[in-house]
Amino acid sequence: MPQITQLPEVFASQLFWLAIFFGLVFFVIGRGLLPKIQSTAISRQEKIADDLAKAQAARAAADETEAAWRTRTDAARADAARIAQQARQESAREAEVRIKRALDEIDANVDRARARIRASVQAARAEIEAVAAEAAQQMVEQLIGVKIDSPDAAKAVSAEFESAARERGRNQNLGQESERPRAA
Amino acid sequence: MATEAKVDPMHQFAIDRIAPLHLGPYDISFTTSAAWMMVAFLLLLVFFALGSKRELVPGRWQVAAESVTGFIDNMVDVNIGPQGRIFVPYLFSLFMFILVANFLGLLPLAIIPGAHAFTITSQFSVTGVLAIMSFSIVIIVGFWRHGLKFFSILVPHGTPTLMVPMIAVIELISFMVRPISLALRLFVANIAGHILMEVFGSFIVSGVHGGLVGWLVSLLSFTFVVAVCALELLIAALQAYVFALLTTLYLNDAVNLH
Repeated sequence: MPQITQLPEVFASQLFWLAIFFGLVFFVIGRGLLPKIQSTAISRQEKIADDLAKAQAARAAADETEAAWRTRTDAARADAARIAQQARQESAREAEVRIKRALDEIDANVDRARARIRASVQAARAEIEAVAAEAAQQMVEQLIGVKIDSPDAAKAVSAEFESAARERGRNQNLGQESERPRAA
Repeated sequence: MATEAKVDPMHQFAIDRIAPLHLGPYDISFTTSAAWMMVAFLLLLVFFALGSKRELVPGRWQVAAESVTGFIDNMVDVNIGPQGRIFVPYLFSLFMFILVANFLGLLPLAIIPGAHAFTITSQFSVTGVLAIMSFSIVIIVGFWRHGLKFFSILVPHGTPTLMVPMIAVIELISFMVRPISLALRLFVANIAGHILMEVFGSFIVSGVHGGLVGWLVSLLSFTFVVAVCALELLIAALQAYVFALLTTLYLNDAVNLH
């Protein structure tokens, strides 16, 4: 067994070179490179843990922002709905007022026109009465030879017209009622 | 030719002088053994120099280096605890040196004519020195941390007072045997495997000249050598681990008593 037979002659050399090379392994690698490798691994682990924590925080922040955004949009939506409602009511009210004004105007116009018509009718009637009275005077004179004073003739004709006008006026009033349907 | 074909399975363990060197009365010639120690150191240096680039996202080499350091870190953490941190460089050096030495001895360099692998850890002088170094560290750490109280390691908890002297003697013997068992385990594991491979290897060679039966013997031996090679690879890693682990456990005794 060379390990035993050679031992006396090689032991010093073995010890010497083992001391040198194991020493080199210990000091250069064990104490030189090993801490570097270890610290790299440790710093990586820390970085990973740190990044994970950061990601967690970022997610929480994002959730928070989203919640805030949601409440804000909800509020804005409610606001918008309220404003739209208001606007709708406002415009409805305004439209009502305008319609009312227009209707009043139309009523006024109609009243004016009616007054004018009435005036014309009256003027025409007076004229017709005058003509009718004269005509009646002449007819009576020719028919029975009685000469009637013009005031008497006018009075008689006027009475006759009056009764006819009353009759017509009743009808007209009825027509007036149906002619004006009230808007809302 | 017939005498030359005879294989001496022990020849592989012989140390040859490469460069004679003397220091006073001591012969410290640079030998094949020293050369292989140098190779082991250089391999480790290259491996860990490439593995210590300190990149945040490690390359393959860095991952390999970090996994080995992490392995030793973990072993020390589990067995000694945080106080074991200061021993990591030593245990790491021990583990790596033995591991690389074991593997180097298994390199099939013999296919190159004139070359053959040499296993540093099959030398009792080397494993013995490493074991004595570990043992010395254990004793120094023990007495440095606990003073004379370190002797309480010889008396396990719960020993009846009457039994203390006897137990102490037994424990002392088992304690003193530690470096020897440490050294012998590694040495024997390596030498046995290498002798096996050498012997069966020589069977292959001699079987080739012996006709059909010889060929069968060769084939069987070849299969066996392959199996032993695989086993040796396992043992190479295992023995390095066992050496480092036992040193760690002994250090744990010294650091934490028991």
